[in-house]
Amino acid sequence: MPPVANTIVSILFDGLAWAMFLFIISVGLSVTMGLMGVVNLAHGAFAMAGGYLVITATASWGVPFLPSLLIAFVAVGLVSVLLERSLYSQLYGASELDQVLLTIGLTFMVIAVYTYFYGPQPQSIHVPSYLLGELHLGDRSFPTYRVFLIAVGAALVAALWYGFEGTKIGAMIRAAVDNRRMAQSVGINVDRLFTITFAVGSGLAALGGGLAIQLLGLTPSFAVIYLVFFLLVVAVGGSGSIWGTLAGALVLGISDTAGKYLFADAGSFVIYAVAVLILLVRPAGLYGRE
Amino acid sequence: MKLTGAFAASFLTLCWAAASHAETIKVGVVLPYSGPNSDLGNQVDKAFDLYVKLHAKDLGDNKIELVKRDEGPASGANARTVVTELITNDKVKLIAGVVFSPSAIAAAPLATQTKTPMLIANAGTAWVTTLSPYIVRFSFSMWDPAYPMGTYAATKMGCKTAATGFTDYPPGQDSTLAFKTAFEKAGGKIIDEVRFGPPGPVPDFTPFFQRVKDEHPDCFYVFVPSGSHAGGVMKAYGDIGMRQAGVRLIGPMDLIPDYQFAHMSDAAIGLIVTSSYSDDLDTPGNQEFVKAWHEAYGPDSYPDFMSAAGMDTMAGVFHVINTLHGDLDDGARVVETLKGWKHEGYRGEIQIDPETRDVIQPERVEEVIKKSDGKLGVKILETYPQVKDECKVLKVGRCGS
Repeated sequence: MPPVANTIVSILFDGLAWAMFLFIISVGLSVTMGLMGVVNLAHGAFAMAGGYLVITATASWGVPFLPSLLIAFVAVGLVSVLLERSLYSQLYGASELDQVLLTIGLTFMVIAVYTYFYGPQPQSIHVPSYLLGELHLGDRSFPTYRVFLIAVGAALVAALWYGFEGTKIGAMIRAAVDNRRMAQSVGINVDRLFTITFAVGSGLAALGGGLAIQLLGLTPSFAVIYLVFFLLVVAVGGSGSIWGTLAGALVLGISDTAGKYLFADAGSFVIYAVAVLILLVRPAGLYGRE
Repeated sequence: MKLTGAFAASFLTLCWAAASHAETIKVGVVLPYSGPNSDLGNQVDKAFDLYVKLHAKDLGDNKIELVKRDEGPASGANARTVVTELITNDKVKLIAGVVFSPSAIAAAPLATQTKTPMLIANAGTAWVTTLSPYIVRFSFSMWDPAYPMGTYAATKMGCKTAATGFTDYPPGQDSTLAFKTAFEKAGGKIIDEVRFGPPGPVPDFTPFFQRVKDEHPDCFYVFVPSGSHAGGVMKAYGDIGMRQAGVRLIGPMDLIPDYQFAHMSDAAIGLIVTSSYSDDLDTPGNQEFVKAWHEAYGPDSYPDFMSAAGMDTMAGVFHVINTLHGDLDDGARVVETLKGWKHEGYRGEIQIDPETRDVIQPERVEEVIKKSDGKLGVKILETYPQVKDECKVLKVGRCGS
C-alpha cells in the first residue's frame, strides 16, 4: 500500500474505533436530553460504574468478559431506574442549574464511593486472548480489540436504528422528542417512556465503560474526565437523535485521531476546534432542530 | 575551671534538651488526594504514614503530626491555597510532599516569603529547586533518569534515530529535553517530537503511536505521568505491534510504576527504562520494606519509586527533627541541616547536594522480563551510582539561573 493510503487507513480505522466508543456512551445522554431536557452530568458515572462492575465480575466472580459486559448493561440499567424514579423525576421542569447541581453532585458522590471501595489506582482488565493481538487483512494488520469495538458499535447502531425506526416504542419516543405535549395528549405515557430510555441509555453507558477499560484504563475519575467528550458529541450531533449522535461521534472521533496523527504538536486541540467550527455554523448541532 | 566550664556547658545542653522536650512538630503534607491523579498521591501518602509508623520511636520524646491537605489537580491550581493555609492557619514547620511540578512552582514563592522549608517528594521538573532557597528535593530531577537513558540508547542499544513522545506539561518537556540532549551528544538523531496533550484524561494513544510507527525510528522515548497514563501507553504499544515493526520503547520509570506492573500485559516485556527504584531491588532493607508495606496495605498494594522517595523524604524530616532537637523554627537552619545529608534508602545511597539542594542518587537501566514465577519483573542492565541533575551541571535553560 502506498504510504498516503496507509496513513488514511490508519486514521480512519483508529478514528472509527474511537468514534464507536464515544457513540456507545453518548447515545443515551443524547436521547434522554432530547426527550426530557434533563442534563444528566452523572452519565459518565454510570459508565464508570459499568466499568467497575465488569472488573469485579471478571476478576472476582470468574464471569467471562462478554457476559460481564451484559451484566453491567442490565445491572446499571436497573439501578438507573431507581435513581430516575427517586431523584431525576423531581427534576422534570426544574431549572437547568438545579439539574446540573444535582447530577454533578451525584457524580462526585459516586466517585467518592468508588474511591473508598476500589482505591484511586487505575484498574485494568484481562480480556480474553481472542480479543488481543492483531488481525491481518491484506498487507495491513489491525488491533483485534479495536475491530471488536467497531463491530459492537456497528451492531448497536443497527439495533438502535431498528428500535427507533421499526418499533412502536421507537415511534413513541420520536413523537415525544418532537413534541412532548402533543404526544402526551394522544395518550403516550411520556414518563414511562423516559424511564425506559433512561435505563437503556444508562445501560449502554455502562457497556461503553466496560469496553473502555482495555482502551483507557479505569479510575473513579473516569466519571468526569471524559464527560466533556460525551457532551461535545451531544452538542455537535444535536440532542435527541441517534443519527446526530452517530454523526457527532464520527466527526469528532475521526478528526481527533487525524489531528493527533497529522499535527502531533497541536493534536489534542483539534477536536475542540472542529466542535467550535461546527457549532458556529449549526448552533443546534448537525441533526438538531433550531 | 576548664572542667567546670565543660560541665556547665553540658548541663546547659541538658537543660536545653529538657526544655525542648515533648515538642509536637507539625508537618504539612501536600499531596493529590482527589481527582484523576490521586493514585499518585496515594503512593506517597502511604509511604509517609508507613515511615512514621515504623520510626515514631526514633524521635524520642518529640512527636510528629502530619497535617494533610489536598494538592488537587496536576495544573497546580490548588497548591498556593493549601500551602498558605498550612503555613498561616495550621502553623506547620515544614511542607512535605508535592507531586506535581506546577504545584511546586506555584508554592515556591510562599516557601521563600515565610522561610518555610519545602521538602519535595516527587515534583521532578529540573529547575524547581532553583525557585526558592527553601526547597530541598528528595525524589529526582526529570533529568536523573532521562539523561542516562539518552546516552545508553545511543551507545549501548545502538539506536541511531529516536522519536520522543510526552505529556505536554513541564516535567514532560523537561524529561524529553534531557533525553534529547544526551542522545544527540552521543551522536543520535531525533526525528520527531510528539505531544500527547495535557496530563488530565488519558488520551487514546494509538494515533500518536501509529504516527511514530510509520516513521520508523530505532527507539521511541516516552514520558507520561506514572499511573493510568502508563497503562494506556503499554496498551497502545502492544496493540499496534510496534515491537514487531522494530521500534523499541524506552523511557523513565514512570512507564512501569510497581503498582501498575501487576496489571500490565506481556506487551511490556523488553521495555527498557531507567529507574531509581523497583520492588525487586536488592538494596539493604528493601525486601523488609516491601513486606512491611504489604502487611500495612494488603497484598495488592505495591510500593513504587514514588513511595521509595516518600520514605526518604520522611527520613529527611526525622533527621532534621532529631538533629535540631525538635526546634524547627528557623527554616534556614533546617535547610542547612539537610545539605550534604547522606542516607541509605531503599533506592540505595542518596545524598542531598549541598550546592543545589537536589538529590544525588543511583539510576539503573532495567529491562522488563518475565520472571520464573510468571510475573513481570526487571533485570538490571547497567547502574549509574551517583547521578546528579545534569540540567544544573550543564546549566541548561532555567537550570542555569
